[in-house]
Amino acid sequence: MANKINGMVEKRGSGLWLTHVFMVFGVLIIFFPIWLAFVASTVTQPEIVKPPMPLWPGDQLWENYSKALVSGINVPVSTMLVNSFVMAISIAVGKIIISLLSAFAIVYFRFPGRNFFFWMIFLTLMLPVEVRIVPTYEVVASFGMLNSYSGLIFPLIASATATFLFRQFFLTIPDELAEASRVDGASPMRFFWDIVLPMSRTNIAALFVILFIYGWNQYLWPLLITTEPEMNTIVMGIKQMFPSGDDVADWPVIMATSILAMIPPVIVVVGMQRLFIRGLVDSEK
Amino acid sequence: MNQRVTFRGWWLPILLIAPQVIISAVFFFYPAGQAIWQSLFIPDPFGLSSVFVGLGNFEFLFSDKFYRASFVTTAVFSILVTLCSMIPALFLAVMADRLIKGSGTYRTMLIWPYAVAPAIAGVLWLFMFNTRVGVVSWYLGQLGYDWNHVLNGGEAMGLVVVASAWGRISYNFLFFLAALQAVPRSVIEAAAIDGARFWKRFWTVVLPLLSPTAFFLLVVNIVYSFFETFGVIHTITSGGPQQSTTILVYKVFADGFVGQDLGSSAAQSVILLFVVGLLTIIQFKYIEKKVHY
Amino acid sequence: MYTNFRFAIFKFVSLNMQSQKVNLVTPFFTFKNKKRAEVKFFWLLFLTKHLDGCKGEKNMKKYLAGMLIAATLYSPVSVAEPTEVHFWHAFTGRLGELVAAQVDDFNASQSDYKVVQTHKGNYSETLNSGIAAFRANEQPHILMVFEVGTASMMAARGAVRPMHEVMKLSGAEFDQDAYIGAVKGYYTSTEGDMLSLPFNASTPVLWVNRDAMAAAGVDPDTDLSTWQSVGTALTALKAGGEECPLVTAWQSWIHLENFSAYHDVPFATKDNGFAGLDTELTLNGPAQVAHLSAMGQWAKDGKFIYTGRRNEGGANFRAGECALFTESSAGYAGIKKEAEFDFEVRPLPYWKGVGNSPQNTIIGGASLWVMEGHSDAEYKGAGEFLSYLSSTDVQAQWHQDTGYLPITAEAGDATRASGFYAANPGTEVAVLQMTANKPTANSNGLRLGSYDQIRGIIDEELEAIWSGDKSAQEAMDSAKERGDALLRRFESANR
Repeated sequence: MANKINGMVEKRGSGLWLTHVFMVFGVLIIFFPIWLAFVASTVTQPEIVKPPMPLWPGDQLWENYSKALVSGINVPVSTMLVNSFVMAISIAVGKIIISLLSAFAIVYFRFPGRNFFFWMIFLTLMLPVEVRIVPTYEVVASFGMLNSYSGLIFPLIASATATFLFRQFFLTIPDELAEASRVDGASPMRFFWDIVLPMSRTNIAALFVILFIYGWNQYLWPLLITTEPEMNTIVMGIKQMFPSGDDVADWPVIMATSILAMIPPVIVVVGMQRLFIRGLVDSEK
Repeated sequence: MNQRVTFRGWWLPILLIAPQVIISAVFFFYPAGQAIWQSLFIPDPFGLSSVFVGLGNFEFLFSDKFYRASFVTTAVFSILVTLCSMIPALFLAVMADRLIKGSGTYRTMLIWPYAVAPAIAGVLWLFMFNTRVGVVSWYLGQLGYDWNHVLNGGEAMGLVVVASAWGRISYNFLFFLAALQAVPRSVIEAAAIDGARFWKRFWTVVLPLLSPTAFFLLVVNIVYSFFETFGVIHTITSGGPQQSTTILVYKVFADGFVGQDLGSSAAQSVILLFVVGLLTIIQFKYIEKKVHY
Repeated sequence: MYTNFRFAIFKFVSLNMQSQKVNLVTPFFTFKNKKRAEVKFFWLLFLTKHLDGCKGEKNMKKYLAGMLIAATLYSPVSVAEPTEVHFWHAFTGRLGELVAAQVDDFNASQSDYKVVQTHKGNYSETLNSGIAAFRANEQPHILMVFEVGTASMMAARGAVRPMHEVMKLSGAEFDQDAYIGAVKGYYTSTEGDMLSLPFNASTPVLWVNRDAMAAAGVDPDTDLSTWQSVGTALTALKAGGEECPLVTAWQSWIHLENFSAYHDVPFATKDNGFAGLDTELTLNGPAQVAHLSAMGQWAKDGKFIYTGRRNEGGANFRAGECALFTESSAGYAGIKKEAEFDFEVRPLPYWKGVGNSPQNTIIGGASLWVMEGHSDAEYKGAGEFLSYLSSTDVQAQWHQDTGYLPITAEAGDATRASGFYAANPGTEVAVLQMTANKPTANSNGLRLGSYDQIRGIIDEELEAIWSGDKSAQEAMDSAKERGDALLRRFESANR
């Protein structure tokens, strides 16, 4: 018996280098587009326009990035970065607050219309922005919210997924805690602040990571409602950097912008890997 | 759940739930209702007048062979994206799972693309395959293959599929790896003792255990390719050539915001509403099942 | 302008920003002075209170939404400034620089008005942002609309203010007779009133890279007046090692719309749409199909290189990569600036013996439309600006810089008098080609609804020919069928 198990372990050992080869190969392929974008962001336009472009970084890194950040093509990339940060953080924070409150209401109260509201929130899952694209645009326009942060944020801020996640979590909080705080005469909001919120910390953090990336990577919605370059977010702004046909695209600057656009979410994902994975698994999406 | 301790009062919970309900009503339900209403009219682009046409918009759509083709395009696209993202992810996860050391490093390297927005992914892949400056298309040209996704529908489809699947590989990899690591060692060892070789073990023992995860990912990836790949298509092909990469969601946008045909766009929204409803039901059926499991 | 805002509830999100143009402080749920806003959301009023701010002014606004969202906004104090006139256009590159220069010059010439020019993407994108902005009540004063959007703009009576009315209101100098008939005709109502300013009108010509011709062993002076002789030249170019013998911009405009006019064959029934909305496409006629078949064959043989639907080919030609280029006469600005080779302008080729060729070509480019919904003071400013753009000096300079047609006879005369045509051979080709014959019903231009979308369809079908997926006949039959469906929709929406 022991021999056989040893044999198995050996077998694992012998294939190990091959496994590493596969993994490295996989990583390289997956990484290649990003590498190429990085290289393109460090060379000059003529080097790119006369194919094949180099595969090793050049010496224009500073020039290209500062050109992108300071002047950009339609608008400085730094402006777009600020817009993206405001949007992503507000969406993440807003979704968490709104969902926490509504989940709290649904779990800890019996009130008229509770079931109705619960189903209403549930049904929003069935209404992604794509199926109501023109009317939602009109609603936002009629509020005068085109080219505004509120227009970017509010229509994306309701989240059934987060609400269900918190509801699911609240249901696991022992009943005794609520009972005790009720006996003590504490108000529901005190219970929320002192017990529920601290207990949800990890969930909130995990969800924040996911929602930040969700907000950062929005494309269609900003594309519709930000017509002023100054309100463009970086992810949708890149497409606007391509000329309308008459000129050659300024690839080094566009690629520098692409790299800048992926840095914040990558930092979040890689830096908070454990929270991120937890958030993914929790939210099932 | 019904026996839970609850607090008294009705105005506080209403207040707490109000933000979510108001936002849902204003930005979800009202526009969805509007979409249904507008689908019965042909308005002029400027919103100055509109003509009631009953179900005319739907008739127009279903008599348009490009709209019907768009269903097929969407199906083909979704299936390809799902396969192209799940199979490499599974392979990489199996490899990573074999490694006792270093799998964390690989994982860190592999989750990068997940953070890259679909639209950015589109720009990166467009750059590689650009007919004028693209590195890959240039080398293909050296090999005698004339890459031109601007004219060739098949190549355009291939490119948007790969660009869409790319970021999803990370996502699927994480789920597969987690599932693999949850497979009890004893099961594998038992199979190993029976003398099963690695791939045989994988097919007969491990894969069945992965099937709930695989099915979950299947559904999630299909939903993803339906609704979240807009950025990829918009940046790479804008639905072309000859609408060969126009998926349903792209067409709603193109007809509504590019074509200014609001009636048709609204009717398409209504049709999509049914599609989403169906997908959501499937998704939840599954999640419910998993809870029991 | 300095703005500071904070989300009361999102305590930690606190930002200070500076912006020149956009009010980064955006009120939560504020209604602006909008005609249609109120109609839609009465029911929301119970949960929102609002204080109106004058449009364009940044007054202090305060707003509380529900119990949760509280935002306090501080907006900058407004300063008396000249009346702003917003102008959206579709120019980038050299043309973009020239427009910016004109605007700067106008702004410097007086102090009452300030024109703010914004690039809104390509022609289609500019039109679409204009339409979307109108629906949202954020429309600019002046919108550049390319020629194929003309029918849509004409049908949108409540959305545009006809140019002749604007000029009357503004009191600026305006004489309709000063404009050249062939240019003006496209944008004139059946009553003879000018509806928009034909700011940039051009017509397609053949651009020749003489160096590339010579390099491939083809005499640069060889006859290229007919497609027959071009075909011969393409074969010779290809044989001489030229990798890009022919490239085109704006394929539908040049190889179908202008082709039809030039050969005096109908593009659509009802005088190409001038005589009524119940028009049908006839672009699948034998003349068009024969031309496209030849082009398709050239594409297959590598003699015609397809680069894109708009002006993508311009980059290849300017870089010296292509020998022949069918493109608007307005390619002049960019080609002159960038081309490092000897180039020449020739008339657009025609098929000898087909139709009544050569008839005359039609215009393309864009005109400037004034949008509804602004104040009289702003219309005055818009009128002044349009008048400035039409003035002889500005027009003559524009014509000489860009290759766009002079829109007034005076500007043309001034150019000739200055000796520009003599010094720059070929620059007059476009003018002569367009005014060669008295226009027929087939060569007056097009007036088709939803034509931007129809052109998209035509582009798709042409691409199918170039890639060899469809024969020219199949593709044009399909284009007719699909285009007619859109024409019928346009007809029913504008009945």
